Formats: sequence, C-alpha cells, structure tokens
Amino acid sequence: MAKRIESLTVTDNHRLNSEYFILTLLSPGTLPEMKPAQFAQVRVEGSPDTFLRRPISIHDADRENNTIRLLVQILGKGTETLSRLRQGDQLNIIYPLGNSFSMPLKGQKLLLAGGGCGIAPLLFMAKYLREKGFNIDFLLGFRNRDRVIEYEEYSSLGKVFLTTEDGSMGEKGFLTDHPVLKENRYEQVYCCGPEPMMKAVASWCRMTGAACEVSLENLMGCGIGACLCCVVDTVRGNLCTCIDGPVFNINDLKW
Amino acid sequence: MVNLGFSIGDLRFRNPVLTASGTFGYGSEFDDFMDVSRLGGIVVKGTTLEPREGNPYPRMAETPSGMLNSVGLQNKGIDYFGKYIYPRISEYDTNVIVNVNGSYVDDYVALAERLNSFDRIPAIELNISCPNVKMGGMAFGTNLGSAREVTRAVRAVYMKKLIVKLSPNVTNIVDFALAVEEEGADAVSLINTLLGMVVDVKRMKPALSTITGGLSGPAVRPVALRMVWQVARAVKIPVIGMGGIMNTDDALQFILAGASAIQVGTASFIDPLASVKILEGIEKYLTDKGISDISDIKGYINR
Repeated sequence: MAKRIESLTVTDNHRLNSEYFILTLLSPGTLPEMKPAQFAQVRVEGSPDTFLRRPISIHDADRENNTIRLLVQILGKGTETLSRLRQGDQLNIIYPLGNSFSMPLKGQKLLLAGGGCGIAPLLFMAKYLREKGFNIDFLLGFRNRDRVIEYEEYSSLGKVFLTTEDGSMGEKGFLTDHPVLKENRYEQVYCCGPEPMMKAVASWCRMTGAACEVSLENLMGCGIGACLCCVVDTVRGNLCTCIDGPVFNINDLKW
Repeated sequence: MVNLGFSIGDLRFRNPVLTASGTFGYGSEFDDFMDVSRLGGIVVKGTTLEPREGNPYPRMAETPSGMLNSVGLQNKGIDYFGKYIYPRISEYDTNVIVNVNGSYVDDYVALAERLNSFDRIPAIELNISCPNVKMGGMAFGTNLGSAREVTRAVRAVYMKKLIVKLSPNVTNIVDFALAVEEEGADAVSLINTLLGMVVDVKRMKPALSTITGGLSGPAVRPVALRMVWQVARAVKIPVIGMGGIMNTDDALQFILAGASAIQVGTASFIDPLASVKILEGIEKYLTDKGISDISDIKGYINR
C-alpha cells in the first residue's frame, strides 16, 4: 500500500451543522488501496498559522468514482480554512497513512462505538464489514440533538444506538451509560472519539471481556513516522500514532 | 552540465542537498515518494549508545511559520541501528551520516569509536546542540570549554569526517565554530533548533510536556542565515547551513551567504519531496544563470 502525495479536486463541501462538514475529493487517478481507520495528511494553504498538515481520517471511499470523503470538525484555524473550500478547489494530501482496524472473527458480535468527530472512520469500517457479511451495531455519542450527524447514513448500515449528554435525542448520558451495553454481549468493539470516551469504552470492554481496538488522534508533525512527535505510551514503549497506529489494541495501551 | 558537488576533505558529496537529523527518519519513510539516493546525503535520527524513549507526549506544538518539538532523542540505540537499520540504509547510493549524541563525553567517544567500523558511514555529525535532553546535548554546545572538550575527545578516536552541529542558543556562535575547527572538526553544521516555548491558554498549561522545546521552520530562517553567514566568514572548513529552508530560494540564500551545502529539515514534514525539489531548483537556477559550478556562487554576497 504505497503512500502518495496527490492534489485532489474538491467536488463537494457539505455543511452538516455549525461544527461539521464533509469534503468530497476527486483523485486525478485511481484511488489507492485504503483500509478503515487510515487517514490523510491534509495541507492547509494560505496562513503561517497553519504550517503543518492536518491528519484527517478517511470517512468514506468511492472506488467507482475515485472519490474520498473527509468528515471534518472545525476546531481551529486549519479546519476553519478547510471549511471554506469550494467546488473546484485543489487540496493536497498525503494518503493513505497509518494502520487499520483488524478484521473480526467470523460470527463475532460487533460494536462500532464513536463520539463526535470520532465517528468518522466508523462509516468506512462499517461499509467494509458489511461487504464481508458482518452485522453491525453502532453506539454513537453526541453533545445534543443539534450535534447529531449522519444518523441516516449510519442507520443504513446497522442498528444505531444513540446517546446525547443532555438527553435531547437517544439515551441521556455518555456512551457507556447506554442500556444496550447491558443487554448485549459484544465480542469485538471498534472505537474512536475523545480520549475520556475511549477510555470509558476500553474499561467497559475489559470488564466484559470484549476485545477492543481504539483509533487515536494524537497531534502529528509529519504523519509518516519521521518526526516522532505523535507518540503514545504503550507496553512496547513510545510508538508513533501515525505509523504504528492510529489503531491500537487496548491491551497495548497503558490506560 | 552543472557541477553541484562539494567536499568535506576527501569526502565527496554529489550535490549540496542533505536532510537534517530527526526530520527524515532513516530514509525509508520517504521511499514511497522519492529516490533517496538522489540526495547529496542523509543525516539520520540522533543516535545514542543506549536506547532512549524520549520525552512524554505532548512533544510538539505548531507555531507561526514553524513548530516547537521536544522529542528528546528517542531512538533504539546503536546496537539496534547496527543490526536492523544499517544494512538497509547502506543500500542508498548516497552519503549516510549518523547524528551522534550522549550525556557524557565518554558516551560520544564510545559511540564515535563504534561508528568507525561502519564502512558505509563516511561521517558523523556530533550533536552538541539538542535542546531537549536533561543531560548532554545543548549543555556541550553552549559552553566553549565543553564544546572543545567533546570535539577533541571524539576527534582523537574517530577516523572519518567529523561534522559538529552547533547550537544557536549562544551569544556568539562564531566562537564555537572557531573552537571546534581548532579541535579538528572537518565541517560545522548549523543551526540546531532555537529554544522556545508555547503556553496552551485553553488548558492553562505549557503546550509541551517538557515546557520548553526547539523551534524550527521558516520562523527561524533569518536568524539561521545570519549565523551561517557569520560562521562561513570566520572558519576555513565547510559550513553546512540549515534552519527553515522550505524551497530553492531559501537554500540559495544560505549558499550565497557562504554555506557549502544545506540541510532540509522541517520542510520534509510538510512536503516529503521538499529536498528533491530544492535539488532540482538549484540545478535550474545555475543552468539559467549560465553558471557551471555551484562553488562559483558560494559566499557570493561577500564579494
């Protein structure tokens, strides 16, 4: 899976709400082979404050049309600049980067758990799993009803269980408060989201004996293993989130 | 045909574009994008006798036109390098230089002695300027006596080309350049990162776990260029310039100011092809100007 540097054309910039948007990008050639949880290092032009590339998870890939989609949360100047991209603009990215979620064993009961922008790689993963014939449950957490994104899209791929912090949609509370976790015996959990959320999911998995992989989003310099800035403290020492991750088995992390 | 080559003593480099230590991994990270052997040389990640875990995360912060890092020389040590990295990196048809670090003079000496036997490593870069380690590193490079001592001790045991990488965190970098030249350095490289810090106002904490770190990127370039110009006028040995070089124009500034060669650092993070683009750019510049040898423009601004 060779990495490449490529300028893609923005074919759509779809605003989901005040905080999230989805970029659709057309590759000038054939898309590279990509796996769920891999990411792109996105160049943000135009400001000395957006000096480094931004690591953004691959949300979806359409091999027929050679497009990828990136789900982006506006967090700072870089993502703010990206939110203003228009159809026809070029975006320079390095992709695909990082490892991927591992494949489950046949017949395992699967949960894809995510919060906020962390739901991004779960769509790609869900499509991948559906192709292989797996059934999926999603457990997705958001701050409130207005922040819930892509509910229909995820619902088309599996059963969606929802939590909001204020209870305005789905169950009230955090992901791990959802009764579905008591009613089901999940065997493999794939998780991405804010670190406190992933830690809570990880400890639930430890308690119930479910296998769990999390996709981390550490600050990155290069994204290709050259700068050693994005390290995570693991049982095997400091490892780079960009090349040894972003996916780690929770047993390797010191959580 | 333009001659882009330069030499450190009898060690020939086919062109003046090298990659800076800690920004280019061990080369293989860039194999998907480019032919690493096209470069004049690569300086591999800072290496120590024993493995080092480096500093805790977070160890990087983006800054205006630059970045602050406090990686802290994370590396697997010389044994691992010799066993697993050296065989692979030796296949590149270019000069592979090891950046050498230690906490004590004896560490530098022991490491340099070991590296004598690595046939495919024709030079070392003595790092007396890393700002991110508690012991050694910059402590050697910001004290004239220590800089002399460690250079002299390594010179006494190391048979091949010795490049000393200087710290900009001193009052007068020329004094350090002259001191290491006198102690037998074959070349100097500069600048290492400038000591800096960032406070995360949202979290009300320093952005880095180590509080301070090293600033790199175009933010430091004018400072780096000034120091390279000063040093190049003072020493007789070759000067390898670096500090925020992002493109051909930046690289040429250093050469016109007196550098024999340059290192591309942080730029490789943003554009992994930066080094080869700069190489092509320099060749084109010389061709367009009808200059047949790069040495004709070295230090040109002083004429």
